[in-house]
Amino acid sequence: MAKSIFSSLFQNAQKRNRTVSFLIVIIAYAVLESMMRSGNLSSLFTSLLVPMTCYIVAAIGLNLNVGISGELNLGQAGFMSVGAFTGVSISGLLANTVPNDTVRLIIAIISGIVAAAIFGLIIGVPVLKLQGDYLAIVTLAFGQILKSIITNIYFGFDSAGLHFSFVENKTSLLPGGKMLMNGPMGATGTNKISNFTTGVILILLSLIVVYNLMDSKSGRAIMAARDNRIAAESTGIPILSTKMLSFLVSACLGGAAGALYGLNYSTLVPAKFDFNTSILILVYVVLGGLGNMTGTIIATIVLVLLPEFLRSMQDYRMLIYAIVLILIMILTNNEDLKVRMSRFSLKSILMRKKG
Amino acid sequence: MDSNTRNEAVLKVDGLGIDFGGLTAVNNFAMSIKHKEIAGLIGPNGAGKTTVFNMLTKVYKPSRGTIVFCGQDTANLSIVEMSKLGIARTFQNIRLFSKLSVLDNVKCGFHQSITYSPLDAIFKTPRYRREEHEVDRKSRELLKVFNLSNEADVVAASLPYGGQRRLEIARALATSPRLLLLDEPAAGMNPQETEDLMNMIRTVRDKFEISILLIEHDMKLVMGICERITVLNYGMTLAEGTPEEIQSNPEVVKAYLGE
Repeated sequence: MAKSIFSSLFQNAQKRNRTVSFLIVIIAYAVLESMMRSGNLSSLFTSLLVPMTCYIVAAIGLNLNVGISGELNLGQAGFMSVGAFTGVSISGLLANTVPNDTVRLIIAIISGIVAAAIFGLIIGVPVLKLQGDYLAIVTLAFGQILKSIITNIYFGFDSAGLHFSFVENKTSLLPGGKMLMNGPMGATGTNKISNFTTGVILILLSLIVVYNLMDSKSGRAIMAARDNRIAAESTGIPILSTKMLSFLVSACLGGAAGALYGLNYSTLVPAKFDFNTSILILVYVVLGGLGNMTGTIIATIVLVLLPEFLRSMQDYRMLIYAIVLILIMILTNNEDLKVRMSRFSLKSILMRKKG
Repeated sequence: MDSNTRNEAVLKVDGLGIDFGGLTAVNNFAMSIKHKEIAGLIGPNGAGKTTVFNMLTKVYKPSRGTIVFCGQDTANLSIVEMSKLGIARTFQNIRLFSKLSVLDNVKCGFHQSITYSPLDAIFKTPRYRREEHEVDRKSRELLKVFNLSNEADVVAASLPYGGQRRLEIARALATSPRLLLLDEPAAGMNPQETEDLMNMIRTVRDKFEISILLIEHDMKLVMGICERITVLNYGMTLAEGTPEEIQSNPEVVKAYLGE
């Protein structure tokens, strides 16, 4: 029985890939967590763990939208910022009523997801009527607009209740009050309640959500709409709601990632989630392979760690980072090279021996 | 379908026309198709046959005229709604979901008949499992009808040409249509394949009890299986009738061979 379950996990290429993605996450977690507990992990490395899980979750979401649905979405950082500031604000508001950090973190993440979903719905309706480059441009603009709006939000609470304004100094709080969002300064004095374990659980959950969706009529519809729009519609697949679903799930995962990210720092500025962050997440997705979640996870881990390992190179750091990016792009897309490499794979060596 | 509607037209088209800018591509097109009838739409290249198909499925919005399907006026319906209503089609230049497997292509056809929500899928509820199991069974049955069982897990794009044509028909039938539109189903096939296709089209009509309208240039096929033929020339109906009537119609001969 156990053996049959085991073999069924590796039944075909797709299932193997999925199983591998879960295994990578769980093994990496076991290794890193035990290293962290035994004090074998540098503080710099430890500080990278939670952001890494956040980027993985956001990238998995984006891969559904860009890789599987085929829509170039340049606004993932926007959804992360919505999730982050919602999560941070909710956590700040509930600091006294919900003393348990884990419960508060879960509530914050859920509210981050809900907020991102609401914004996804509002933006999705006009945006998803566009195709190709236009969709990319509009999502890009949306990310910038969100950043600008959040940069101007002043939001706090005191004994008299909540205070909200787009103008500085209009929100003078009574003594004992607390500013949750302070315009360009962002959120300050946040309780850091995110942790690596929650991040890893979030990754596993997002993998389950994305994989299960892909196995359903929604997943088939998303891919059908990508492959041939007219044929999909003629087959009874409504394009707009199908695209909306992948856009929303992507946004929700971005929101969850954002909430986790925001609650990992005592200070969070809105400028953190700018265009560069959107592009960064897109790079993880593209390098990992469109539609390939395992690849996305590996690419994110490598690219988050790389700049830190290259710190000793000082000024050449980003130069080498860029060269590595280009090399990976070329190497992973070279058919000729793939054929040569496959000759040295374990499988072909075994086959040769048999023959 | 009860006995009253059995003899009535499944599809009734009247005064159908469409303009692209100043160009009138189709004008005053009329035809009707009965239940379980195999009808043909022929005409020289550029006559507007595919444009008619695109209007019947609402890929193009007709500029004029009415399309009544099973007694319902379809004036404001979208492509998806036409599919729901029971019109399925194949395409002249095959449009499969090329990166999906052969099986998944057919499963896509069942999209409208599946009732579980995305949440059911995420949590893999019993309802999801039950319906997916059912769709899997029905899809494999359809593949069997079209001799594609062995290729179920193959990516659609890697099927040979004839297989792709058959898969397109299987996918169209998965939407459980009442009218199937075939756009040049025999294009690129050799005489033997065409012969098989003719038998297959008849089998499909009998097995699924549907009406079929096909566009075709292969006169042997058209004359062999169509019970009624409509000839289109320069966007207008040139003639309508049985294969014998069409063959002996001087207007049609003129349109095809010139004077």
